[in-house]
Amino acid sequence: MTGQGHASAVVPVGEPMLPRIFRVVKRVRETADTFTFNLVPADGGQELAFQPGQFNMLTAFGAGEVPISISGDPARPETLVHTIRAVGSVTKVLCRAAKGDQIGVRGPYGTPWPVEQAKEQDVVIITGGLGLAPLRPAIYHVLGHRADYGNFELIYGARTPADIIFWRELERWRGRFDTRVHLTVDSAASDWRTNVGVVTHLIPRARFDPENTTALVCGPGVMMRFTVQELRNRGLPLERIFVSLERNMKCGLGLCGHCQLGPVFVCKDGPVFPYSRVRDWFEKREI
Amino acid sequence: MVSEQPEVGSRAVVAAEDLQRLLDILKDRGYTVVGPAVRDGDLVLEELDGAGDLPRGLKDEAAPGAYRLTPGEEGRFFGIRVGQESWKKFFLPPTLDIMEARREAGGWRLVLPGQAPPRFACVGVRACDLAAIGVQDRTLRHGLHPDADYAARREGAFLVAVHCTDPGRTCFCASMGTGPQAVGGFDLALTELRQGGRQVFLVEVGSAAGAEVLAALPHQAADGSVVEEAAALIARAAADMGRTLETSGLKDFFYANYQNPHWEQVAGRCLSCGNCALVCPTCFCHSFEDVPDLSGDAVVRRRRQDVCFTLDHSYLHGGSIRVSPLSRYRQWLTHKLAAWQDQFGCSGCVGCGRCIAWCPVGIDLTREVAALRESDAETSPNP
Repeated sequence: MTGQGHASAVVPVGEPMLPRIFRVVKRVRETADTFTFNLVPADGGQELAFQPGQFNMLTAFGAGEVPISISGDPARPETLVHTIRAVGSVTKVLCRAAKGDQIGVRGPYGTPWPVEQAKEQDVVIITGGLGLAPLRPAIYHVLGHRADYGNFELIYGARTPADIIFWRELERWRGRFDTRVHLTVDSAASDWRTNVGVVTHLIPRARFDPENTTALVCGPGVMMRFTVQELRNRGLPLERIFVSLERNMKCGLGLCGHCQLGPVFVCKDGPVFPYSRVRDWFEKREI
Repeated sequence: MVSEQPEVGSRAVVAAEDLQRLLDILKDRGYTVVGPAVRDGDLVLEELDGAGDLPRGLKDEAAPGAYRLTPGEEGRFFGIRVGQESWKKFFLPPTLDIMEARREAGGWRLVLPGQAPPRFACVGVRACDLAAIGVQDRTLRHGLHPDADYAARREGAFLVAVHCTDPGRTCFCASMGTGPQAVGGFDLALTELRQGGRQVFLVEVGSAAGAEVLAALPHQAADGSVVEEAAALIARAAADMGRTLETSGLKDFFYANYQNPHWEQVAGRCLSCGNCALVCPTCFCHSFEDVPDLSGDAVVRRRRQDVCFTLDHSYLHGGSIRVSPLSRYRQWLTHKLAAWQDQFGCSGCVGCGRCIAWCPVGIDLTREVAALRESDAETSPNP
């Protein structure tokens, strides 16, 4: 250890704080600033099993560590998939990683989307922007076990057509007879062939039985607030509306204190919550 | 002289002159003995060479925004209550290097520390601070994912507590149920008193390790009168707290008072400096930083104490969640007194009063809580 004048940890920090080194095997450009990375353990060791909705702490060595949702298929854990937008000092470095580069991985952490509890029910997924990334594992799961679920509706909103991620998969899902995909953008040029407007406008069109539906919601805060309101208008109880929340996180273990939202630690009590559990805090400003 | 090993829970009398022998015994057993000492005119907690390093004959006077060391009772070893530092500096060091990543031909290699944990013997832990160590144990040692470094440091520690017989003006441990008597969690607990003109310690054994140390120390059986006198001193201290905090219903009160108008008033004085969180013996927020060397081929990951008064603490891509000083003070106090109860099953405040003394503008949480309650009573409609 080289940190002059700083105490050194007295024991190895142990599994939870110790990153494993993964290697980039594929890098896909989703939009101008968003990239999807396929990663495998650099030592060829055990794959990283996860549940849809969980996240990892990713290290760009020398830049730092950030929480990033897993965007891959939980049924195919041999490849770890993360979709990252270059918005901060660490994510900008992560997004520059090329095939063969190494990234540190700790996790997976956090609560999953309730794909098991939602069996036999209609499933509505409503997402905005990069919120589609943490929901993609849930989509894979539902499509992989399609007969276990009722109607499946995906509502996705992006700022512009150029901001849409997973474009080819959206086309594929849209082509299925057992899945309805509603796509909208906030603004578009005149050659845009589908909806323009906010995602909440599409909720009344979704086909589901409010008595027997689970909704999974992830997107910007404002989008989630209005989405929940619209789902309630459709008669969905708050206990069956699930949201994935985002906070500053440094440890992922509920120890560093950064991700608090009232009494909950978003990293270990969430990030996926039934809305009923976080409503009192989420709807207040600056909590 | 009692020769057999004292039992846990038993008491004995040790002459004040033998305090040095206690420190020697602890050193002989491999402990790094730490305790209060005066450095550059201020009280610090640091390694003690001997009992002579203790701030003997001094006491401290604390008030909102003020802390002074002054002459106290002659010969008294533990006249000082709590200074700006707390024992968390030994168990949760302000900075800690947790690993190093080195870039080698085959890629990154992680190098982990592996030295033996320092075993601290903390001498002079006040009841409030003992309770604070218990609070940090709940957070960092007994949760789902213990902090391995913290746990190792704590497991190796020996705690010599001091029952408080002379609380300060910023103290309110009696309100928080954490003092003035140290209850549990110590290896030995001392009450400093005079017996027939002689300065002595009534020593209470709190653990098997404590019993073993006491057995090696010259001691006499404690007769009823000295035990009674010590109890009377502690009882008097409980009745002589400088401050009080009404704790009933605090959690529900804070949860319901997010928009209390008094928050504006206190935010108008708060400098967002974070002193209160830095001196607080239970505040545990920390961050991690990667510190590369000039080549970028060696990167130390460093854990660093953090406070919730910075914009950085709640920063999320594009901006911070708590942008106003109001929201940051509210977060600190609401977490400490309310959310902590949901998270860890106890209050985050032990009543040590440090945050009152080290607030540069003298914000006093006991008064702020009272003012919030008053403001709530004024603005709430009558039932």
